Amino acid sequence: MNSALFLALRRMRAPLLTLIGSYAVSILGMVLIPGVDGEGMPWRVSFFHAFYFISYTATTIGFGELPNAFTDAQRLWITFTIYLTVVAWFYAIGKILQITQDASFQQVLAAERFRRAVDRMREPFYVICGYGETGSALVDALDQRGVRSVVIDINPARAGEVELAALQFDVPVLAGDVRQPDNLSLAGLRHPICRGVVALTNDDHANLSVAASAKLLNPALTVICRCESDAVAASMAAFGADDVIDPFSLFGEHLATAVRTPGHYLLREWLTAAPDETLREPLFAPVGRWVLCGFGRFGVRTARGLEAGGNAVTIIDADAAVAEHAGGVCGSATDARVLEQAGIREAVGVIAGTGDDVTNLSITQMARRLAPGLFTVVRRNQRGSTSLFEAAAVSVVVQPAAVVVHACLATLMAPLLARFLRAAASESNAWANELLARIAGITEERVPEIWSLRVDHAHMPAVADSLERRPVPLGGLLADPQSRLEDLPVIALALEREGALQMLPAADTALEPGDRLLFCGRGRGRRRQVLTTRNGNVLRYVLTGVDLPGGWMWRRLSRSDPTHQA
Amino acid sequence: MVFGFFIILAMTLNFGFFIGDLADPVHHNVYEMYAAIAVNLVATVLKFGDRTQVGALHLATSLVADLQLIAAAVIWAYAAHALQGGMTPHIMASIVSLSGGAFVANVVSAVLLIIETAQLRR
Repeated sequence: MNSALFLALRRMRAPLLTLIGSYAVSILGMVLIPGVDGEGMPWRVSFFHAFYFISYTATTIGFGELPNAFTDAQRLWITFTIYLTVVAWFYAIGKILQITQDASFQQVLAAERFRRAVDRMREPFYVICGYGETGSALVDALDQRGVRSVVIDINPARAGEVELAALQFDVPVLAGDVRQPDNLSLAGLRHPICRGVVALTNDDHANLSVAASAKLLNPALTVICRCESDAVAASMAAFGADDVIDPFSLFGEHLATAVRTPGHYLLREWLTAAPDETLREPLFAPVGRWVLCGFGRFGVRTARGLEAGGNAVTIIDADAAVAEHAGGVCGSATDARVLEQAGIREAVGVIAGTGDDVTNLSITQMARRLAPGLFTVVRRNQRGSTSLFEAAAVSVVVQPAAVVVHACLATLMAPLLARFLRAAASESNAWANELLARIAGITEERVPEIWSLRVDHAHMPAVADSLERRPVPLGGLLADPQSRLEDLPVIALALEREGALQMLPAADTALEPGDRLLFCGRGRGRRRQVLTTRNGNVLRYVLTGVDLPGGWMWRRLSRSDPTHQA
Repeated sequence: MVFGFFIILAMTLNFGFFIGDLADPVHHNVYEMYAAIAVNLVATVLKFGDRTQVGALHLATSLVADLQLIAAAVIWAYAAHALQGGMTPHIMASIVSLSGGAFVANVVSAVLLIIETAQLRR
């Protein structure tokens, strides 16, 4: 508040001085000019009456000549004071309104509101720098998972969009440059419950400076950066950024994965999508010759991925030099002749990977007309065009923004998940499909919830206590605490013990203190599991089938009851 | 120059009003009181918007002086116009003592000004 107040006060100097001056002159004149009272005796207006009279005259209220009728000399003076003080008031009011409307003043106020909103945060939050396509999708996804965020964007119009977004939590937003460490501090970089910073601006150097400020000011933060150049990525890593995401290479990899091993692609999609989204069916892409439209930063990586999977790739690009260099066809991929020339009729699939959504859609439509039954992969650039892509019924839609968001979520929500997905990539497609089938079986077509737990007194007190006396198998955490022979809709994805990751651990694996577990399943399963991990009696029932009375009183009573003890 | 002028003027006017027998209305001129209030208000507004530590202290002394002087003026107006018995030595004494308090604040303000000026010269 201070800076805004000082700014306002400084600008209000002139109008206030004008007001004080005009009042002082008017009041003094009123007091000095002699008048007469009701009986015609000489009378002088006192300071009190003069102040009263000028106050209601200057504000144009005008009660009349009080307490006595004035002489003509007084009236002459009053005529002068009316013009003086009324004009002074109008000037002052105009100036004050102007100050409150002033852009810089508004900015100071907004920054102040932002600072207070961040200070009031009582739940862990993430600072999101850049509210573009990716940033807004990430804030949405975090919001749906009940995680708070704070947004900074350099563009005031985009920052304003935060208020229009349908979010369940209030997201404080600042229109400011993230390259200034002050703005980041304002956003809560040093706040004790700030969890991390995600730099998603289009400018690599801005993202780098975010990484630098974050790691220097608060090394405990998780820092994720978007970065398009390898050199800057190396600097980010040097500052200790936890994850550096190159959207182009990641997108290319994903596109290649979607085509080569759709099981892995779907597994990643399912495990990192927003909860309660509907799951998509697994797809099986054919192996053979592919036509790839658009050989930019995305296309290069996609082609590399496809060729590694034993496919042949024909490139179409509008730029003659690029097309010639890649040994492809030059021309517009929406043109039937160009597609024919690239051999669309003999191809198994087409990838529309240009930067324009309409072009991408028309490529697939044209390709389908020439060769029905073609497998189509489309790059979607804008969030708003969902309905178009649904109507076009393409095989796979890949969104660069979503790819980055999923990568961020995997790192932010469950660090173990990122590790699991990396490890899963080296498993076979069949393995992924089997796991997908299991997940689909328990989640009923909904995106599963992901959570990780550590075997310790903070996360699972009952289990940690019990481990001091007897072994606890993992299966105990997967059984329904209401009837132990039934399974919860929960799958144990991974177990991390002393740095080693065990994929899909078996139910009879004995838990050890310090183990980290990664689960996926339905929200209902997660809530029931909490009963087992936190309540010793429930855990004992799940493990042994004996339902012991819980309270001290009941325990005493049951001990004295011989039938129960037997 | 303007800044210093108003601060010193506020102090001198206030001193002129304050000096004399505490309870004797003859020794205390109402015009002087009026001028002291007006000049003090101007001095206050001139101090607006300075974010330094000294600036804040300047503003604080001025606000204190304003508060005391306005309180004195309200008591005077009340005694002269609204009270049955009119002005008594007792009330005059309280008015003058309030202005005495304001005078101390004015002195602090003037001292601050002198200190600041001396530091600038160095």
